[in-house]
Amino acid sequence: MLDVEKIKRDIPLFQNYPNLIYLDSCATTLKPRYVLDKMDEYYQEYGVNIHRGVYELSYRATEEYDKARKKIAKFINASFEEVIFTRGTTNSLNMIAQTYGMANINLNDEIITSELEHHSSLLPWMQVAKKKGAILKYIPLNDEGRITVENFKKVLTDKTKVVAITYVSNTMGYLTPIREIIELAHKQGAVVIVDAAQAAPHFKIDVCELDCDFLAFSAHKMLGPTGIGILYGKKSLLDKMDPEEYGGDMNNDVFHDNVIVKETPYKFEAGTPAIAEAIGLGAAIDLLEKIGFDNIRQHEKELHKYALEKLSSVSGITIYNKTADIGIINFNIDGVHPHDASTFFDQANIALRAGHHCAQLVTKWLKCNGTLRACLYIYNSKQDIDIFVKTVQEVVEFFRQFSEV
Amino acid sequence: MNNLEFLYRQIIMDHYKNPRNKGLKGYNHVHLHNPSCGDDVIVEAKVENDVIQEINHTGSGCAICCSSTSVMSEVLAGKTTQQALDTIQDFYHLVKGEPVQNEEALGDALVYQGVSQFPARYKCAVLAWKALEQLLKGEQDE
Repeated sequence: MLDVEKIKRDIPLFQNYPNLIYLDSCATTLKPRYVLDKMDEYYQEYGVNIHRGVYELSYRATEEYDKARKKIAKFINASFEEVIFTRGTTNSLNMIAQTYGMANINLNDEIITSELEHHSSLLPWMQVAKKKGAILKYIPLNDEGRITVENFKKVLTDKTKVVAITYVSNTMGYLTPIREIIELAHKQGAVVIVDAAQAAPHFKIDVCELDCDFLAFSAHKMLGPTGIGILYGKKSLLDKMDPEEYGGDMNNDVFHDNVIVKETPYKFEAGTPAIAEAIGLGAAIDLLEKIGFDNIRQHEKELHKYALEKLSSVSGITIYNKTADIGIINFNIDGVHPHDASTFFDQANIALRAGHHCAQLVTKWLKCNGTLRACLYIYNSKQDIDIFVKTVQEVVEFFRQFSEV
Repeated sequence: MNNLEFLYRQIIMDHYKNPRNKGLKGYNHVHLHNPSCGDDVIVEAKVENDVIQEINHTGSGCAICCSSTSVMSEVLAGKTTQQALDTIQDFYHLVKGEPVQNEEALGDALVYQGVSQFPARYKCAVLAWKALEQLLKGEQDE
């Protein structure tokens, strides 16, 4: 197990809320002081614009910004020019749909996605399909609610142009067999866009090994700041794509009737970027690598197993994803609306999410109004689980008194 | 009684489990939905000579939202439009923990005082009241 007490000491929010049990890391993670300090350092020591300045301070800002990009490239095994800074996963996925999608999808082409997608992975392609007269196809989920290679084969055809798919489901915590899916999709000439928002915080991503065409994730779900994320794209594809936005810094030459844009990644980053946030993401990656992904996975697995064992002794609850691959527990207290339950958790200083988790097709598949979601991460301990399970038991008992009303 | 017991009073849970005036009859109605939590209500009212004869509803959501809809359908029936609008305003004050003008007119709805300790649940409590307010002010859905 990780040294949770030490990790918590380095997160300022826990100084202000020492009793907080934070089980909402899939929504956003809490921020370590190191990340905040690195961002402050930029603002306080060299907080000027990048690229445009030729003076010493601007040179340093540019260096640090590029250094962050290099770190991220190494982190996912990509090259420097394949890493584009965006505002987050949502922005990355929309950008691909609006640029690559609008330029390459035509009437009756097929786009494959799944009911496990976060709205950010699904809705941009639904819009492209509507505008272009393309067909949106859903991979049938198996009985557990998983995407399988076998079911993917059922929807893949020679008309498939795009596969927009999640790496890890944000509600069910299932790992998608994306390597096999990517290989099959490529045989049909389709490109694959991977939503890695829930993967990047938990394990090492290798875009070369996956051979994915595009991949997106957010800094704030992996100890980094809000407002910044990554779009990875294969250079051969990015070279052929037009920028979504035009403006400062993304061009080499401007004429009265034409513009020569820069090479990737710069052509996709018009305007002053989120400099401090990029540096913050670099710092978050330093921390995650220092802790080590093997240790993170081990910690989460042990906690997850412990939580499921303890919950198995509570009657009157339904867990929808007992076989989750990532530490996400998606559940309901029988007969209690998730929002009524969440008020009880809130009173016990337990932060967890209630509702449809920006993935309404999953709750529709589960045939319920919404669910409660507890997510485990590096700053959670077995003691957190004990209090969480005790509270679950209390909610069950509290509402049981009304069952005869 | 602790805050939670105060929030989920017997009377609230009774209206949640056994909602009064549930089911629409086809009068003018307003449909409101809270996308962040999924609470969804349709409220209809029969108003004659400026007096609310009947309030009916349908929908789904949490205990606070559903019960509050049911309680409202009983509390505001029989009032004039203006009386009902005044009581609706008082209800908003009540669940925010602010002073109310006419406690008596709120009747059973007074049990929602507990909501003031839970600002995150304010929207659940007022959804149906907002729908009726819109309806009485002349708005209606197709």
